Amino acid sequence: MIILSKSAINPSNIQPSEITAREVFDNRRGFIKAAGYGLVAGSALLLSAKARAASVAGGTTEGDGRLLGRANASAKVDKLAANAGTRIKISNYKKTAYGAGEKPTKYEDVTTYNNYYEFGTDKSDPAKYSSQFKARPWAISIEGEVKKAKTISIDELMKLAPLEERIYRHRCVEAWSMVVPWVGLPLASLVKWAEPTGNAKFIEFISANDPQTMPGVRSPILDWPYTEGLRIDEANNPLTLLAVGLYGELLQNQNGAPVRLVMPWKYGFKGGKSIVKIRFVEKMPLTTWVKSGPNEYGFYANVNPNVDHPRWTQSSERPIGTGLFGGRVKTRMFNGYTEQVGQMYAGMDLFNNF
Amino acid sequence: MNKQQILYVKVAVWVLALLPLVRLIWLGFNDNLGANPIEFVEHSTGTWALVFLLITLSMTPIRQLTGLVWQIQLRRLLGLFMFFYACLHITTYVWLDFALMWDELLIDVTKHPRILVGFAAFLLTIPLAATSNSYMIKRLKTNWKKLHQLVYLIAILAVVHFLMLVKKDLTEPIYYAIALVLLFGIRLYYKFQTNSKAMLKAKAM
Repeated sequence: MIILSKSAINPSNIQPSEITAREVFDNRRGFIKAAGYGLVAGSALLLSAKARAASVAGGTTEGDGRLLGRANASAKVDKLAANAGTRIKISNYKKTAYGAGEKPTKYEDVTTYNNYYEFGTDKSDPAKYSSQFKARPWAISIEGEVKKAKTISIDELMKLAPLEERIYRHRCVEAWSMVVPWVGLPLASLVKWAEPTGNAKFIEFISANDPQTMPGVRSPILDWPYTEGLRIDEANNPLTLLAVGLYGELLQNQNGAPVRLVMPWKYGFKGGKSIVKIRFVEKMPLTTWVKSGPNEYGFYANVNPNVDHPRWTQSSERPIGTGLFGGRVKTRMFNGYTEQVGQMYAGMDLFNNF
Repeated sequence: MNKQQILYVKVAVWVLALLPLVRLIWLGFNDNLGANPIEFVEHSTGTWALVFLLITLSMTPIRQLTGLVWQIQLRRLLGLFMFFYACLHITTYVWLDFALMWDELLIDVTKHPRILVGFAAFLLTIPLAATSNSYMIKRLKTNWKKLHQLVYLIAILAVVHFLMLVKKDLTEPIYYAIALVLLFGIRLYYKFQTNSKAMLKAKAM
């Protein structure tokens, strides 16, 4: 059932060039494989998955596999979900020098270990419970202090600038990290297109908030819709990316389809997902996590090993995908992107503006 | 229950109590611990330590509610399994999670209240485990009971540790908190009952 709904993307929105016969074929095989998993795992797996779906629908989520055989089951459900997502190759994007020498984290980990509370608070929830979400057709409303206050479709957005692949380090505030090969375009190209007025000092990014397809927003864990923000110079920094894909394919729902922000020098939560509104404003927007815990999360949220978090050590991090004995590595200032972003914060008190 | 039956029950407890560890090893060998296996093992062993703590703490309330007494003989074994999983939990934390980076560990324990609380809980379990043998029970006499009342404090610290870990969705740790409050509630209720009965008796005399 998950699989059927996933493939229900409106075909008129996909350019023929974006689909290759191989992908369709692979997806079919994925379906057969998924069905095989379902049979092998039997009714017990289905029951547990159903029970979990029900618990999410009821507005609560539970710890994943901490106690019982659910890890095994959920790992299989993860595989189902990963296979169920239609994987559509992006045909025309250019490779860049960003991230040369970095080894990207496995596709399976990048698409099953996600913080996307709109689909549940467990890392595996987004992959499992985002199949009803429709990322296409999609419109983004550009508002506020701009000359072009209008709505732009995802297809129009993807044509504002040539798409490029950028391999970025991704550092979560929870002290884990990944390396992700994003595909996207610089946010600066959208800012330029929108023609901001002199009053536009900040940009507010508002994410989708649909209780029908996003089970997490049915419970008031956070103040929905998810809202993030950037200073205008941060938005125009060449590193700031509007990501529309990863691993050369359109974004999966659990990764923030159809479009999300990526600022590799900031903690991951700054990168709003499934963006529906981009609002140019004069005052610093009050963002979701700042609202929820002002002493824990700041507006800037720059990766900084010298500013501790009340819950997690920020001086080191665990790279995902290095296994049980992978240990930790030291976290770098601005996640190692000081050269590209340091000048924006020159003279700023980074301890108080965390 | 006779001695033979208790023995069977104890063997069953051993087998059941080792299953969570067997499961982790099984999942580990099958590459089924997820994208963040360290976190998975850390959370699993920690949760099982808490579960064994709560099971240990429910032996007396079961007696109070049902009048059954044989299960009291399982208390030490269950408590030691709590200690066993707590040891695995802390080993995972120190060795796998922090890879023996002592400077980082020191910062983590001292700066983060949730770690400090959990660490305190673990330290307090050590004297209890060390004095759980029959020799120490005899030797410490009435002090033994006083010392082992630390388990109530350990339970509170453990639940608080779990509550503080969660970023936003408190649902799961709250279940454990409710279980603990219930177990404490039953004990307090019966304690109050016996106290008032004793007072009535004293008055009657």
